[in-house]
Amino acid sequence: MSEVKRFNLTCIICPLGCNIEVVVEGDKIISVKGCTCPRGEEYAVQEILSPKRTVMSVVKVRNGMFPTVSVKSDKPVPKEMIPQIMRELSKIEVDAPIRPGQIIVKNILNTGADIVATRAA
Amino acid sequence: MKIVVIGAGVVGASIARVLSQYEGIEVHLLEKAPDAGMGVSKANTAIIHPGHEDDPDKYPLRAKLCVKGNRLWYRWTKELGIPAKWPGELMVAVEEEDMKVAEHYLELAQKNGVPGVRLVDHDELLKLEPNVNPNAAGALWAPTAGLMASPMAAPAIVENAVDNGVRFHPETEVVGIKIEKGEVRGVETNNGFFDADIVINAAGLYADKISAMAGIDHFTIHPRKGEYYVFDDDAQPKVTRIVHQTPTPITKGVYVITEMNNGLMIGPTAQDLPEEAKEDTSTTEEGLEFVWEWAQKLIKELPPKSMVIRTFAGLRPEPPDGRWIIDAYDDPWGFVNVAGIRSPGLTSAPAIAHYVVEELLIGKLDLKLTKKSHWNPYRNVFWFNTLSLAQQDELIKKNPAYGKVVCMCRVITEGDIVDVINRMKRMGIKTITLDGVKMRTGAMAGTCQGSFCRVRIANIIARESGIPLWKVNIKGEGTEYGIGDIKVLLRGEENAE
Amino acid sequence: MRSEYDVVVIGGGPAGLAAAMKAKELGLSVLLIENRDFLGGIPLQCVHPGFGLHYFREDLTGTEFISRLIEKFEGMGIDYYTSSHVLEITPYSYRHKVLRVVTPKGLLTLQAKTVIYATGARERHMFEIGITGHRIAGIYTAGEAQTMMDIYGIMPGREIVIVGSGDVGLIMARRFTLEGAHVKAVIELMPYPGGLTRNVVQCLEDFGIPLYLSHMVKRIEGKKRVERVILTEVDENLRPRPGTEKELECDTVVLSVGLVPYIKVLEKAGVIVDPSTKGPVVNSYLETSVPGIFVAGNALVINDLVDYVVEQGEEAAEGAYEFVKNGGLPALKWRKLIKGRNIRLAVPHYLADTKDVTIYARVAKPEENVKLRFPEIGKEIRLPLVRPSEMIRVKLRKKDIAQAGDKITMEVVPNE
Repeated sequence: MSEVKRFNLTCIICPLGCNIEVVVEGDKIISVKGCTCPRGEEYAVQEILSPKRTVMSVVKVRNGMFPTVSVKSDKPVPKEMIPQIMRELSKIEVDAPIRPGQIIVKNILNTGADIVATRAA
Repeated sequence: MKIVVIGAGVVGASIARVLSQYEGIEVHLLEKAPDAGMGVSKANTAIIHPGHEDDPDKYPLRAKLCVKGNRLWYRWTKELGIPAKWPGELMVAVEEEDMKVAEHYLELAQKNGVPGVRLVDHDELLKLEPNVNPNAAGALWAPTAGLMASPMAAPAIVENAVDNGVRFHPETEVVGIKIEKGEVRGVETNNGFFDADIVINAAGLYADKISAMAGIDHFTIHPRKGEYYVFDDDAQPKVTRIVHQTPTPITKGVYVITEMNNGLMIGPTAQDLPEEAKEDTSTTEEGLEFVWEWAQKLIKELPPKSMVIRTFAGLRPEPPDGRWIIDAYDDPWGFVNVAGIRSPGLTSAPAIAHYVVEELLIGKLDLKLTKKSHWNPYRNVFWFNTLSLAQQDELIKKNPAYGKVVCMCRVITEGDIVDVINRMKRMGIKTITLDGVKMRTGAMAGTCQGSFCRVRIANIIARESGIPLWKVNIKGEGTEYGIGDIKVLLRGEENAE
Repeated sequence: MRSEYDVVVIGGGPAGLAAAMKAKELGLSVLLIENRDFLGGIPLQCVHPGFGLHYFREDLTGTEFISRLIEKFEGMGIDYYTSSHVLEITPYSYRHKVLRVVTPKGLLTLQAKTVIYATGARERHMFEIGITGHRIAGIYTAGEAQTMMDIYGIMPGREIVIVGSGDVGLIMARRFTLEGAHVKAVIELMPYPGGLTRNVVQCLEDFGIPLYLSHMVKRIEGKKRVERVILTEVDENLRPRPGTEKELECDTVVLSVGLVPYIKVLEKAGVIVDPSTKGPVVNSYLETSVPGIFVAGNALVINDLVDYVVEQGEEAAEGAYEFVKNGGLPALKWRKLIKGRNIRLAVPHYLADTKDVTIYARVAKPEENVKLRFPEIGKEIRLPLVRPSEMIRVKLRKKDIAQAGDKITMEVVPNE
């Protein structure tokens, strides 16, 4: 007999911030209640099964206008991988010039997401 | 002959400056902080008192040297380029009965030879100071009172003293005084031993600890805290004169002044702290409330509280009974105390310096000192924002750094910052601190309190000092701007580059 | 470079850049002056998204957004100075302003028909909100910490307490945590968070950072660097509740306690200031009380979205265009915008019926299920939720404004 769990979360897709209740039995979603749009339902499911977030930070730069260049992951990555990704980024130093959009790390830690520059350097 | 002065506050610095007028002596000014004047000297009301508030019978030195210091500062501020103004002072009798107190001080003015002091009635009071409490009975008017940019004073004096041959040793803390056969031999510091025939103790809050090292331990210095509010440079209304209440037995009371950066300042309180609290410059809710309440009695209107840009506290080095301890001892011979220099310490500093050198060293200790034939009293200093338009343009063309405004609130340029850093280096400072730059320029002390400009100034200091940005410190070791580069914690290191 | 321009724009952040580009598109001669060594303003240090949703229809990071704006600006060949600072604006006559500018090449005196002031805002500091204690190392404003980390690549501290739960404070909580610091708490005076719920989720809940609502920091203590803060609960009147003091150990305090328009030069030029926005009083053209001086962005009113900042920049440029084209704005019957129920601030303050106007406003208290109403015009908008931290933006058509007498009231009322 699988365990039934109830999760309450706030949707972050739009400013409404609907309160959503998700009921899970074992590893299956039984119900999603409280959304006022389909994107919210999609977010709630993703958030329970495998929450993802975009990573945003800076990496060190040599010979740029500033000692850093801002970066982001070009798609959301599993939330639990973020500390590891941050540690990877802390080891990097890139050389200027850098264009916004330039790939700094391809497929970071096999997440399928690239780390791209979001500012020139 | 080697003379060591312990403490580069305004008193120690003044002594060093006066000593630098004499030839044939080596003067070493020791200071435990990274810069001059970082203690008592930088956090006070900055007033150059007329000298009518000290009873010459109870406090003869305070009375005599305050009047003399008031006159000397007129010359010193001009020679040293310390911004100052002389608006005169109103001791306001809020109630009719306070006029009796004011009269007592008129008598003291007569006894102490303070010129121009007189009682003014309600009508004249309002003309002298339109923003005064319109219900005040009258005031005692003392026209010789002045104001200076006090954080700048000790650094400026030391710069000039060093130019005239004094050696300044910052980050040097005295840990022992060597005495042999009843005579001073020198001082032990964290930077080695300094030979000295004469040791002058001007160590402010710690003068009692230093004195005890020489075996003279009959007094303790305890801190007396004073808290202040500072308003925005543009906040209105301001005052034209120095305005204060009739003094109480322990303190001159709360003042309302327009300080040298043009901001209104009110304070201080007078709160005695235990002897061990020599580092407690924290502000308190009660202290600030007291200041606010009292200031409101003195003037018609304070600017709104939303225009307060800073609150701070300073500590006065209080001797046991309010009497300054200025003496050259027979045993140990060569040890001179200049301790417990509480109010009117700032005003008296130049006069104290002359007294120590002339009456104690030359007089009592019978040192044979000859004045130099050439001594340079001047410190050539300017800031971009005090120049005329033509001068500003010319200056920028010679040095483009003066065309980059780094502190927008007070219009301080990169040229000013670099100049100040170079002066600090020339003076002997090893660690350029953000507070040192602030004391000399007023940058980071304006409306934004550094939220715009501190990072820019820290970058300039890092560049000029050849250190990483995070290592720049605010006021000495343990006050670094950051803890490392941005990835230092992710790398899991304790120290970083 | 010339010595006389139709428009001088002061400030090279998003408001200034947008204003300068719009003015150039409209055919005016434009000069932009920026105090720092580089263009971009605050978005240059904002590595998080939420920028450009309206303007570019994409969710960009602040850095991406401003990079695009700067690229467009530089492609238009507009005259600009960096490392230059306007010291003074003197309204010489109705149609001419004289500006004194400090540049690394010397002092400049410029003449401009109009000025667009877009210098942004400054951060409030601990003294303004009554925090007492020791003035030691380890105390930063949020913007300063952001500049240190995301421009200059240095870490302020390791055990962080953040004061203020507006979006800036929340975002910095996440930045610090991602870079390995330990954010011990976010302290919020009000009984509700200051920022968006999505930020509370992504910045605090994601990392298990406690949010102390209805609390304030009374005191900061430490010898050389911060060692602890003293917190206390507050009551409904935001006054400290006696006996609720607690200590929280930390080595860093980050203050995110509000922005204030930075308008020293405008105040010296004599503009009238609205005490509720702390920015200039303006009309529909975003012209201040000094004719020909316009203002946009955070120097006008503190905005949440950079898209509104850019919009204000463009509106100010349109205002400047009207002024330059016709030798001034026409003599008009201005209607005063009156703040009604639950409206804490609203700009522009004076409206005329010569053009559509965008109103930017904030409520005083959060409310659910309300109507935003302009009774004299008969306009009503239903809103499910209004919060002080979310700016309300509403357009009034010129024909609506024409209906009103000499005032237009804006109010928020419950929706029955």
